[in-house]
Amino acid sequence: MRTLEDLLAEVEAFEGMAPEHLRLIAGCARNVVFGDGEWLMREGDAADTFFVIRTGAVAVSTHVPQHGALLIETLHQHDLVGWSWLIPPHRVNFDVISNGTTHAIAFDGACLRGKCEQDPVLGYDLLRRFSAVLVERLQRTRLRLIDVYGHVPGR
Amino acid sequence: MCPAAEAVAGGLAPLPYRLTGKRQETADTWTLELEPARAERMAPFEPGQFAMLYAFGAGEAPISVGASDGASGRMVHTIRAVGAVTEALCATATGQEIGARGPFGAAWPLADAEGADVVVVAGGLGLPPVRPVLERVLAERERFGTLSLLYGGRSPDDLLYRDALEEWGARPDMDVEVTVDSAGADWRGRVGVVTTLIPRARFDPGRAVAMVVGPEVMMRFTVAALRERGVPAERIHVSLERSMKCAVGVCGHCMLGPEFVCKDGPVFPYTRVERWLGVPAL
Ligand SMILES: Cc1cc2nc3c(=O)[nH]c(=O)nc-3n(C[C@H](O)[C@H](O)[C@H](O)COP(=O)(O)OP(=O)(O)OC[C@H]3O[C@@H](n4cnc5c(N)ncnc54)[C@H](O)[C@@H]3O)c2cc1C
Ligand code: FES
Repeated sequence: MRTLEDLLAEVEAFEGMAPEHLRLIAGCARNVVFGDGEWLMREGDAADTFFVIRTGAVAVSTHVPQHGALLIETLHQHDLVGWSWLIPPHRVNFDVISNGTTHAIAFDGACLRGKCEQDPVLGYDLLRRFSAVLVERLQRTRLRLIDVYGHVPGR
Repeated sequence: MCPAAEAVAGGLAPLPYRLTGKRQETADTWTLELEPARAERMAPFEPGQFAMLYAFGAGEAPISVGASDGASGRMVHTIRAVGAVTEALCATATGQEIGARGPFGAAWPLADAEGADVVVVAGGLGLPPVRPVLERVLAERERFGTLSLLYGGRSPDDLLYRDALEEWGARPDMDVEVTVDSAGADWRGRVGVVTTLIPRARFDPGRAVAMVVGPEVMMRFTVAALRERGVPAERIHVSLERSMKCAVGVCGHCMLGPEFVCKDGPVFPYTRVERWLGVPAL
């Protein structure tokens, strides 16, 4: 049977991670399953967990008063979900809801924060990996701000 | 008349085509089916070539060919009403005639793509010009490697050819990924820019040929994502749009640096136009 470490090694964000670090973070992880419409995270909650999607998809959304839920983006296989566990004040900023059945690996962020404090090399490595994900998400957001399909071709 | 002048004159005279069918795709976009109104008809089109469609009294616009049938002369175009000409074309009633001339321009490099993984990335109204590529690869499936269509739109309401997308998505020999930039909570598909589809699409970058069409900003970022995935720049092709008049390389309206988009393009290897696309005034 494949261990959590094996599964994590396949995730791009953890590619090339030292085996001892993989073992450490796998120690804070467990397999979880969400049914359609189930919440992974709720805006305003304490951010003590993040996820890696194994299969399925989740919707990141926010609630607009008198309008309902506004869908911001969807995340899919091997995407990381949630970074607020790493950055104070450790509060969830958006709702995350399962689209269909989602299998994921849930990480205890509080446990990982403790390990990062004790082991700065692990802390730096994780921060570097999460920064890459954050930059990629920022780029996507910028692209959406451009509203490419509203543009006139060739101009 | 000398042969060159004859060729130009031939390319400049529109032929009458009759509208035989019309379907509304989105709030401002229509798919029109045309057939020759008389015996004379345009020569068969290669995937990626375009026609100049003439709405009598309004003017002419370059429009890609979504499908064409050499035997019957039937043509399918998808047109977004953005100004005088395209509005008049979209307002044409079934049975009415418009003018058409073509085929014009360079086609997608399908011969070079034989044996390769074919990656088609389309954004917005970019789906019609690559539809003939998809149909050709599906018709001659064994000649090509994997086939991926990565399609991005502004919102679910802006997606074109929904029936075809569903049909292609159900095929085992083709991968279809669709994403939109924004959507309401009832949308069950992907939300995110089209470039997010590239890192995990199923193709081997070392043996892929990519064909990209959509707004120019979208193409720039898409090409960057394809290169990051490892697709060699010289195997990435883009289809460009510029304002056109003659469509036969005479008037100079469509020039991009030294290139005539109407004659040398609209399909170009990216490496050939890359430096000109970076010049703000062009
Ligand atoms: C090779 C080629 C293939 C093309 N294929 C298609 C096609 O398959 N379907 C299609 O609908 N169009 C296509 N176009 C674009 C089409 O030719 C133009 O939209 C058309 O010429 C606009 O003419 P108009 O008189 O309707 O609008 P104009 O009066 O010229 O423009 C009206 C307004 O729309 C803006 N505009 C112009 N072009 C576009 C555009 N493409 N998108 C958004 N806004 C625009 C102008 O800046 C202006 O503000 C293609 C262009 C080229 C060069
Ligand atoms: S449109 Fe006249 S030269 Fe290209």
